[in-house]
Amino acid sequence: MAEVRFEAIRKTFGHVTAVDDVDLHVAEAEFVVLLGPSGCGKTTLLRCLAGLERVDSGRIFIGERDATDLPPRRRRISMVFQSYAVFPHMTVRENIAFGLRRQKQSDAVIKERVESVSGLLGITELLARYPAQISGGQRQRVAVARAIAIRSDVLLMDEPLSNLDALLRMQMRAELKALLHDLGTTTIYVTHDQTEALSMGDRIAVMNQGRIVQVDTPLAVYEHPSDKFVGDFVGTPPMNFLAARVETNGTGPTVRVGGGTFAIEQSDGLANRDLLLGIRAEAITVEAEPADGLIKAGVVVVEPLGSHNLITARAGGDLVKISVPNHVSPEPGDDIWLRFRLGQIRWLDRESGKVLADSSRSGV
Amino acid sequence: MKRAQTVGLYTLAIVLAAWTLFPIYLITLGAFSTQDAIYTYPLQLWPHHVSQHTLGFFIHSAGTLPSLQRSVYVLLLTMAIALPVGLPAAYALARFNFHGAHTLRLSVVGTRAFPIIILAIPLAASFIRWWIDDSILAVSLLHAALALPFVVLTCASIFSGVSVELEEAAMTLGCTRLTAFARVILPLALPGLAASAIFVVIISWNEVFAAATVTLLHPTLPAHIVAVLNQATLPYRFAGGFFLLVPPVVMLFFIRRFLFGMWGQVIK
Repeated sequence: MAEVRFEAIRKTFGHVTAVDDVDLHVAEAEFVVLLGPSGCGKTTLLRCLAGLERVDSGRIFIGERDATDLPPRRRRISMVFQSYAVFPHMTVRENIAFGLRRQKQSDAVIKERVESVSGLLGITELLARYPAQISGGQRQRVAVARAIAIRSDVLLMDEPLSNLDALLRMQMRAELKALLHDLGTTTIYVTHDQTEALSMGDRIAVMNQGRIVQVDTPLAVYEHPSDKFVGDFVGTPPMNFLAARVETNGTGPTVRVGGGTFAIEQSDGLANRDLLLGIRAEAITVEAEPADGLIKAGVVVVEPLGSHNLITARAGGDLVKISVPNHVSPEPGDDIWLRFRLGQIRWLDRESGKVLADSSRSGV
Repeated sequence: MKRAQTVGLYTLAIVLAAWTLFPIYLITLGAFSTQDAIYTYPLQLWPHHVSQHTLGFFIHSAGTLPSLQRSVYVLLLTMAIALPVGLPAAYALARFNFHGAHTLRLSVVGTRAFPIIILAIPLAASFIRWWIDDSILAVSLLHAALALPFVVLTCASIFSGVSVELEEAAMTLGCTRLTAFARVILPLALPGLAASAIFVVIISWNEVFAAATVTLLHPTLPAHIVAVLNQATLPYRFAGGFFLLVPPVVMLFFIRRFLFGMWGQVIK
C-alpha cells in the first residue's frame, strides 16, 4: 500500500496534448476513479503511472519514491487491462502465478497465493483451463486475480468492466468494490461510465480535454459539479442548465428563468449578469396548478422508468428534465408548474460555464 | 443458383488441382518406374512395376550425395543468417513507430525489384574478391538476401498480430522488455515464425539460378542437377525432379499444421 502523487504531469502525442498539467494526490488505501469521456486523457494518465508511457514533464511519486523514470516492473504496481491481456498460452494457474514467479517466490508461496486469490474471485475450478476455454467474464476474473496476486502497492484498472454485458457488469461492480475494500490496496480505476464511478469510488477525478476539472466524493461531484461539463457528464439524466438572471429591484432578489420568476433570499454576486441555473431533475417538483414562485412549462414527453417517471418539458426557451414519482404522468402538451428547491440550485457563469461561489456548500 | 455456384467452384478447383498435380504425378510415376517402363510408348499412366531402381540410380550417381549435403548446409546457414537479422527488424516494424518505418518497409520489398540475374554477376565478382566464391557461405548469403524481405514482412505482421497489451501486462508483472518478449510474445508468435522459417527453407532448397552462378565445383543439389541435365538420361531427370519436389510439399503440409490450432485457437 502506498499513496500516489502526480505533480504537473504533461504528456503529448505529436500535436495532441493528452494530459495537460495534472496534479492529483491519491491517499494510501484510497479508491480513486478517473472519469471522463473517451479521449480525455484518463487512460494516458494511468499508463504514465504504470510506466507504459513516459511523461513529457512533471513527477510521479508512488509512496515516498520518485517513480517518474522507473520501468513498470520497479514501480510496485499491477494493472488490469481493458482487454484483460490474459496470456493465451498459459493456463489460468500459470497466468495468476506469472507475476509471483517473476518475484522469485518459492513454490509453496506461489501455490498458496494462487489458491487464495482464485478462491476470492471464485475461479478455483478453472485453474487448469486455458483462457480460450473460459468465458469473457471468467477471463476478467483471471486478470483481476493475476493483478492482486502479486500484492502490489497500487492497483491500476483500465475500464476493466467495459467488455462485459450489462448484467454481469453490475454484478462484478459490486463484487469488485467489496473485494478491493477488503484488500485495502490503493486503487486507481479508469472508466467513462459515470454510474460505475459514482458507485465504486471513494473519490472521483473528472477529466476533460487532458485536465482534471474536479476531484471530489461521488456525492459532491453529483450535487456540486464544478462546471457545466461535470454537471452534464455525471448523472442520468444530466443536470438541467437554464439561462437565468437575478434582479434586485423592488421587494427582494428575484430570479427570472424560463419565462417566469421566483424569489430567493440573497443574491450576493448574482445580480445583473448572465447566469446559468443548474438543477438536478429530482430537485424539481411538479404542481398541477399555478401559484406564486412556480415556473410554467409545457410537457414534451413522459418516459416511465419503473421506479419513477422522467418528464421532459419546455420552460421558455429551455428544455427541462424532471424526475417525478411514477404515479405522476401528465400528457404531452399539458401545462405543468415547476418548483425549484432553493437549496439545490447551483449558479454558473453563463459564458465560462464555471460554478459561482457556492453558498449552500459549507464545510466541503 | 447457389448450387450452380458450388458446382462451378468445385470444377474450377479440380481443374486447377489437376493442372498442378498432373506433372507432379508424371514425375513421381517416372521416378518409381523401371528404366524400361519410362521408355515405353505409349506412356503407361498406371505403374505396373513399382521400383526403387531409378531413385537408387540417381542417389548413387556421382555428385548427388555431396551436393545434397551442401544443399542442407546452405539451407541451415541461410536460416541462421536470415532469421537473426530479419526477426529484430520485423519486431521493430511491428512495435515501434519510428521515423522512416514506412521507407524501410518499402525498401525491404524493393530489394526484390532487382532480378537475381542482375545481382548475381556483381555478387559473384565480389565473392571472388572476398575469397568465398564457390562456397556454402556464398550461396547462403545470397539465399539469405533473397529470403530476408519475406522474413521481415511476414514476421512483422505476425508480431503485430500479438496484442501489445500482453507485452505490457508482462512488463507490469515484473518483466523487462526482453523477458516479456521471450516469455509472452515469442511463444505466441512461434507457430507463425516456424511457418516463416519453413518458407525460408523452401526458398533456399528450390533456388537454382543464384546457386548455379556463384558455384562451380561445389554446387548445391538443384545447381548440380541443372548442370548435368543436358547429358542426363530420362530416368535420372525424373528421379532428380522427384527428389527436389518432395521436401517442399511435405513442409507445406507442416506449415498448415503450425498455422492452425495451437492452444485451442487460431493465432493470426
